Amino acid sequence: MAENTSEIRYLTPAAVEVKKKKYCRFKKSGIKYIDYKDPNFLLKFVNEQGKLLPRRLTGTSLKYQRKVAQAVKRARHIAVMPYVADMMK
Amino acid sequence: MTPVLSEDQAKEAVSKYKKLLKDAGCKIVHEEAWGLKKLAYPIQKKTTGFYHLIEFQGAGTVIADLELTFKRDEKIIRYLTVALDKHAIAYSEKRRNKKLKKDLVAS
Repeated sequence: MAENTSEIRYLTPAAVEVKKKKYCRFKKSGIKYIDYKDPNFLLKFVNEQGKLLPRRLTGTSLKYQRKVAQAVKRARHIAVMPYVADMMK
Repeated sequence: MTPVLSEDQAKEAVSKYKKLLKDAGCKIVHEEAWGLKKLAYPIQKKTTGFYHLIEFQGAGTVIADLELTFKRDEKIIRYLTVALDKHAIAYSEKRRNKKLKKDLVAS
């Protein structure tokens, strides 16, 4: 009995979380300018409600996060992107 | 950049603003007519609009004048004036070249 308890077997091996390193996609791919006229690209930085995603989730560096924010706001102003929405994706 | 729903009048308005810019001594670098597009949200109870992009180069004093005329013009329901930095200029040049190539392939 004692042996049994010490030898616990899992049906599935316990998931060892390997942290995927986040990276800034702008730095990586060398994008220098973020276009406010391209809603499909900006969609990646926005959640289903059309809100900006935090850097914590997207991994964007501060320099480019500011530019993303600026671009999204411009896009909203010219009605290329909505201010409020649900189910954008 | 976004005149209201009316067909030939849109073109007319665009040429009017182009003339205004030229008279003010600006150089029009590039322009793009996106045509009638759906707006992401209604503006002044309208759901579609004509989009037109004009890229120009000139003295900063023109902007105030331009925006004033935009505001006075009822046909313009929304406009946006943006200063382009060096990256933006490089980007728009690239975009233009891409578009030219696409047009060539299509034709």
